[in-house]
Amino acid sequence: MTPLIEVRDLSFQYEDGTRALDGVSFTLLPGETVAVLGPNGSGKTTFVLHLNGTLRGVGSIQICGTPLTKESLPLVRSKIGMVFQDSDEQLFMPTVLEDVAFGPLNMGLTQEEAILKAKSALEKAGMSHALDKAPYHLSAGEKRRVALAGVLAMDPEILVLDEPNTFLDPPGLRNLLHLLKELPQAKLIITHNTHFALAVATRAVFFEKGKLVADGGVAEIMERFDWTYAPLRADDLRYSAQRRF
Amino acid sequence: MHHVLVDRWSRGASPLHALDPRVKILSLLVFLIVLATTAANAAVPLTIDAALLVAGILIAGLPPGTLLFRAMAVLPFSLTFGLISWLAGDSLRAVGLIEKSYLSSVAVLLVVSTTSLPRLLSGLESLGTPRLLVLVAQFLYRYLFVISEQAQHMRLAAASRQGIPGAHRRSRFRAAAGALAVLFAHSYYRAEGINRAMLARGFSGKFPLLKPLRLRTADGLFLLATVAFLVLVRVQ
Repeated sequence: MTPLIEVRDLSFQYEDGTRALDGVSFTLLPGETVAVLGPNGSGKTTFVLHLNGTLRGVGSIQICGTPLTKESLPLVRSKIGMVFQDSDEQLFMPTVLEDVAFGPLNMGLTQEEAILKAKSALEKAGMSHALDKAPYHLSAGEKRRVALAGVLAMDPEILVLDEPNTFLDPPGLRNLLHLLKELPQAKLIITHNTHFALAVATRAVFFEKGKLVADGGVAEIMERFDWTYAPLRADDLRYSAQRRF
Repeated sequence: MHHVLVDRWSRGASPLHALDPRVKILSLLVFLIVLATTAANAAVPLTIDAALLVAGILIAGLPPGTLLFRAMAVLPFSLTFGLISWLAGDSLRAVGLIEKSYLSSVAVLLVVSTTSLPRLLSGLESLGTPRLLVLVAQFLYRYLFVISEQAQHMRLAAASRQGIPGAHRRSRFRAAAGALAVLFAHSYYRAEGINRAMLARGFSGKFPLLKPLRLRTADGLFLLATVAFLVLVRVQ
């Protein structure tokens, strides 16, 4: 089975000298949903920003069998859909329909085709009622759904979601969970919400100080790193003393 | 959640809302030229112009009182210049300045209240406004709310740590200056984030247009009738 994402020995250093990624290797297979766990500042977002060429480090990346190069960027970006943490940054067009059609139009589809794709993606995301709404009239949950629709409209093979549960209330989170479960694409999800990770992911990886230090079952990784909020006790402050947050 | 009144009005449904934005922009331009060149003491043409605007407001189904009140935003400026002209002994010019600026304000408000911003910007671009200006206006409008919300949060956060209002003017000034700097930095980082999101969805430097504008016969007829009527009123 050809891996959808194959990363070998990826390292990256920011301009200020911070070593954000250190020899990361990772594989994503079709049908998988992988939770990306780890402390704040451990390199999770930096890692996913490499997958669509937003950041360029040292090492090799292949997306759906295509090596990531400057020339292959348009193809790679049509294969890998990225939903960012802050939906306000992703919804920049004046109306919902125009925003969701932005990707398909950039892929060279005609206006009619782009509208059809956008409408179909909005239907999948349960947002067909908001076609002509302005993004700032939407709630946080609705913005997240529209942001996801904007990516789905490009028919990606892989979905990358950075903290998709941020700002969502419990019903909003449940809705998102159901939606993600229904989508056939392989997924890579950065999250701190352990309940969400357990419910949605088939595998987990753990980042620490720029290194991918563990890869395995979600429950197993959580137990190994004591990566859970519950039961949270005020006198249990082991990690705040030991780790960099 | 924000609800801007004009934005809500602009998404209404009326014959004026349905017109092509270019037709409305051109009609507005002709109206402003006719108004500017009408003598300040020409009561009949000015009354007809005003009646035309009121008719437009009623056809568009907009609340006349609120709209006419909102258009008064221009009065502090025109009253100042009017006062200067009056003090200089040119009372006719003073009256002209005030009435014409107010009518112009009503006309502009009528157009923006019956045209959604995306269509208004498409119309402006289609009439030759540089794309860069249109994009700047589009992004400014989109993120104005986000940034103003951030500013309000920061103001609240600062106020909640400042105790008695007015007690420490100097520290309040410093806090405001700091907040402004942070807001600027936030906006800069947000711009980077937006750019990242655009690139992730295949942006290659050109903004694709989803709904191209199409002129209908009704649009042409409206433009012709409006221009003919305005010129006739002006010439009479």
